[in-house]
Amino acid sequence: MSANEERERQQPPPQMRMGAMFGGGGPRGGGHMRAIGRPVEKAKNFKGTVKRLAAFLKPYTIPLALTALLIVISSVIAAASPKILGLAITSMFKSFTAKSAPDYGYVLRILGGLGLLYIISSVITYFTQRTLARTAQRTAYTMRRQLDEKLSKLPLKYFDTKTRGEIMSRVTNDVDNINNAMQQGMSQLIGSVIGIIGAVVMMLIISPLLTLITIITLPLSFGVTMFIAKNSQKYFAAQQKSLGELNGHIEEMFTGHRIVKAFGYEKKSIERFGEINTRLFNSGWKSQFISGFIFPVMNFINNLGYVAVCVAGGIFVVKKTIEIGDVQAFIQYIRMFTQPVAQSASVINMLQSAVASAERIFEVLDETEETSETEAAVPAKKTEGRVIFDNVKFGYTPEKILFESLSLNVEPGHTIAIVGPTGAGKTTLVNLLMRFYEITGGAISVDGVDTRNLKRGNLRRMFGMVLQDTWLFSGTIRDNIAYARPGAADEEIFRAAKAARADHFINALPGGYATVLNEDASNISQGEKQLITIARAVLADPSMLILDEATSSVDTRTEVQIQHAMKELMKERTSFVIAHRLSTIKDAEMILVMNEGAIVEKGTHEGLIKAGGFYSQLYRAQFTAGETA
Amino acid sequence: MLKLIKLLKPYTGTIIFIAVLFLTQAMIDLSLPTFMAEIVDHGIVKGDLPYIYKTGFIMISIALLGVLCALTAGFFSSRTSLGFSMKLRNMIFTKTQAFSLNEYDKIGSASLITRATNDVAQVQQALIIMLSMMMRAPLMCVGGLIMAISRDRELSLVFAVAVPALGLIIYFVQKNAIPLFIAMQKKLDRLNLVIREKLTGIREVRAFDMIAHEEKKFDKANADLNSTALSLANLMAFIMPAMMAAMNFTMIAIVWFGGLRLSSGKMHFGDILAFIQYVNLILFALMMVSMLFILIPRAEVSAGRINEILETKPTIEDPVNPATPSGRKGYIEFKNVSFTYKGARQKALNGISFSAGPGEVTAIIGGTGSGKSTLVNLIPRFYDVEEGEILVDSVDVRDYPQAALRPIIGYVAQKAMLFTGTVADNLRFGNENAPMEDIIKAAKTAQAHSFIEAMPEGYNSLLAQAGKNLSGGQKQRLCIARAIVIKPEIYIFDDSFSALDFRTDADLRAELKKELKDSTVIIVAQRVTTIMDADRIIVLDDGKVAGMGKHKELFASCGVYREIVLSQVSPEEVQ
Repeated sequence: MSANEERERQQPPPQMRMGAMFGGGGPRGGGHMRAIGRPVEKAKNFKGTVKRLAAFLKPYTIPLALTALLIVISSVIAAASPKILGLAITSMFKSFTAKSAPDYGYVLRILGGLGLLYIISSVITYFTQRTLARTAQRTAYTMRRQLDEKLSKLPLKYFDTKTRGEIMSRVTNDVDNINNAMQQGMSQLIGSVIGIIGAVVMMLIISPLLTLITIITLPLSFGVTMFIAKNSQKYFAAQQKSLGELNGHIEEMFTGHRIVKAFGYEKKSIERFGEINTRLFNSGWKSQFISGFIFPVMNFINNLGYVAVCVAGGIFVVKKTIEIGDVQAFIQYIRMFTQPVAQSASVINMLQSAVASAERIFEVLDETEETSETEAAVPAKKTEGRVIFDNVKFGYTPEKILFESLSLNVEPGHTIAIVGPTGAGKTTLVNLLMRFYEITGGAISVDGVDTRNLKRGNLRRMFGMVLQDTWLFSGTIRDNIAYARPGAADEEIFRAAKAARADHFINALPGGYATVLNEDASNISQGEKQLITIARAVLADPSMLILDEATSSVDTRTEVQIQHAMKELMKERTSFVIAHRLSTIKDAEMILVMNEGAIVEKGTHEGLIKAGGFYSQLYRAQFTAGETA
Repeated sequence: MLKLIKLLKPYTGTIIFIAVLFLTQAMIDLSLPTFMAEIVDHGIVKGDLPYIYKTGFIMISIALLGVLCALTAGFFSSRTSLGFSMKLRNMIFTKTQAFSLNEYDKIGSASLITRATNDVAQVQQALIIMLSMMMRAPLMCVGGLIMAISRDRELSLVFAVAVPALGLIIYFVQKNAIPLFIAMQKKLDRLNLVIREKLTGIREVRAFDMIAHEEKKFDKANADLNSTALSLANLMAFIMPAMMAAMNFTMIAIVWFGGLRLSSGKMHFGDILAFIQYVNLILFALMMVSMLFILIPRAEVSAGRINEILETKPTIEDPVNPATPSGRKGYIEFKNVSFTYKGARQKALNGISFSAGPGEVTAIIGGTGSGKSTLVNLIPRFYDVEEGEILVDSVDVRDYPQAALRPIIGYVAQKAMLFTGTVADNLRFGNENAPMEDIIKAAKTAQAHSFIEAMPEGYNSLLAQAGKNLSGGQKQRLCIARAIVIKPEIYIFDDSFSALDFRTDADLRAELKKELKDSTVIIVAQRVTTIMDADRIIVLDDGKVAGMGKHKELFASCGVYREIVLSQVSPEEVQ
């Protein structure tokens, strides 16, 4: 568990991407950092997702349209400037061959104008990059926010059926993926397309024949890219598989280290690691090597075009069908279009995976929310605590109904105990009381008000809940106790801690109440954590209590102490106690015995013992096993 | 990073070879503009067509040579970088397997996992890039300068302005960007923390009606991240246009000053064209390097974390002169043992003495944090005692090679831990050659046989995700069976019946009593019922022995024990 947490935390920072800095239309393929051939996840509904994604950009329509326009302008400049530089070169060449003095004025004018264009182009690039980056960041912010707000509205069922890593990866990885693609993918895409068009147009103007000669290299580039992508794919897949296995092995051996040591498994573990590692090496270097082909091969094709232009251009200059400056310009144009082609594979990959990410995000945003709340009834400040289950019908899935028709009448101040073996579904009742899950039939009412007519928050505030899995967040102990009442005075907090028997150990900590709990709260023991959560419930001062195995990880002596505190707390309050140790709940007004999801018996301790059913078996097993074994 | 680079030593030859290949390739790339200059100066100016053809042919052959160089270099560099990371992984893993629990406690197994996976990947990625693009860039840069200077020394002075200018831009961006990158990483971590916490505590968040509070918390982290990301984006938006401008103005300068030198007859026309190409190649190479620099601080952090592992010395090592076994079997003796966890405020165990022999059941009971688990963890030498000594079969545990000590002990941990593989694989964990009868017998003893048989493939069923498809009690029973398979002299059950329901617990203990009657058994327990009939009950309180003896004696004499018992069992059931 904690291993997963750590891994979530260690996701590579997506913003640290070099590609972002290459931006649009840098000279000559800077962007294939993303290895070609790495398998990309594809969206199921590409078109629809793109449409919805576009809706996110709607607030930025004007800046984005402006940016697009600016990109067009800078691309035109980029396309025109080699030709302009060529003019200067041609002029110098002419005076050189004519052995006359160069036309300094003309050259200066051209170079000056060119300088101006370059400055304009740089300024434009700066602003477009900035706008795109800002838009991308803002969109990422909005998406995260929307996701978070959505998560607040989803029923618990969603969280119980999804792993935490899965949900988190949508809020972080997937959003970043989109951010990434917007920031560099879009400008690269627009820049490349216009760059290619501009270059080709200029080339055609200069010399259609020369253009034809160079364009021959184009399909070659495409072919090579595709070929490499296709061939490296299987090695990437193999690499991914071995890597998964390797990481799995590491995780198991590290988390189970104690067992590995106890059973002397170290040597075999190392052997197995070495074996997977070797496999990883074999597929890894191959995929690296093959995907690394792209750079030199594209470079070669580039050079091929270069040579072709030099030779053919040279001949044309000699035959006076073309100017030398144009040949120079041509050389620059070749770069302008071979580069985007080489990048195309990675840009397409990037965009594709972004759309797939967007689809996953939209999936979350489309999940059905909790039923909307009726504002009707506002509960009294202090509830009496009469809870009635009236023919409640419930099942986690429609196929498996757990309660067909459950009726309970809980008097104010009574204690209801829920017992049963592990996995008997003891938390189901809590889920229903708190409206974590909605019942499918019947009604649950508190003080005569149907809980469905209360706001969930108001309903839940009536209960104080202490769960078996203690939940503390990173922050001070004080903040953790005051979670439900951030404004509570120190006095109240101390009093709550004292009531929960937590005061003593907190004061023994070097930082006292200001001690900062680290992420897994590993600086205090499990029992101490439990005491803090109890203090938290005490401070919340609820009308009713839910104690879910609340003292299971506290030793029995401390438990006795806590129980004194609890008894005090439970005195005036209706309490629902899920208990493992049957000795603790003998005094309960009603005991619900659960097994395999359903309530099999209910009654008082004496009554159930007399009945000689499941409960009495459980009870006897607990207390006589010691003697018979 | 530097320390790790030392590991590259065996690859020195290969790396030099790669460098030579890259240099050749860079020179080839650079020579093409030179040939082009020749075409202009000799072919075009003089109208010599055959010369142009000839030169073109040479250029293509050279370019081919270039691609061959690059591919060969790619072959060796991918093998080197991946080979290096394979070696690094093996080193880390082998090292961690020798770590004692002390080291695991200190670094944390979660962090160890990250280091062995993510951090290695980080370093590998940096190395791949270093051995390809990053190595190529300076070579290209130097080669380009050499070519330029050899063509025309004075025009090369343009580079004397351009290169430092670019260097300044790179420096400026690096200086400002790196702290931002680091800040951003922190804020990203914070955002992740906020989501993770609210996801784990989803029930509490809702129960305390704190949804709005959590949303605010998230929004703050989100906005915080966003603002840093924006500053970074603004800075990064600057780098590309600045570099482009530097490059373009260098080009203009070359044409202008080249023109001047041309008219004074100091250089050939083709040289100007060649120079323009050099500018492209050199400055582009520089830009590449600047981008890659960002990778280094990241890899550096990872490398540091890896180094920490490699430099950690296991605190528990095998003795140089192991003692010879005494021949006794199943005897444990604690002699005045004290132990403190690293960094702990107080002793976890304080002056513990007792002894146990074959056929005896020793139970350890006490409150949370009283040192029960610590005590049993010292027997297989997961930790070393601070004072006193522990003898197993009359030999100090520190005088055994670990590989000799551990098979003597069958250890069942508090937390059931199973591994990927079949049920049978898991049961054979301590003895891979155990025959099937032994496996089944152990499973029967541990009350696991019937549910294993009920699984679709019986003993060959795969345990999904370390037994996620099993209940806690089932996992515990498998762990118990796993210990029985190795037929140890001594059994340690560290609160390992806790997830069992009472009936299974009783059945299991009855069966264990029968099967392990000749073994030494140590049980840590919470439930009094589990241990009432032990031969010896040790009551721990705050790391000290509060009482030792049989149930009845202790109940009469030991206050702590009586308190524990009465908290669980009603008085009439005590006897």
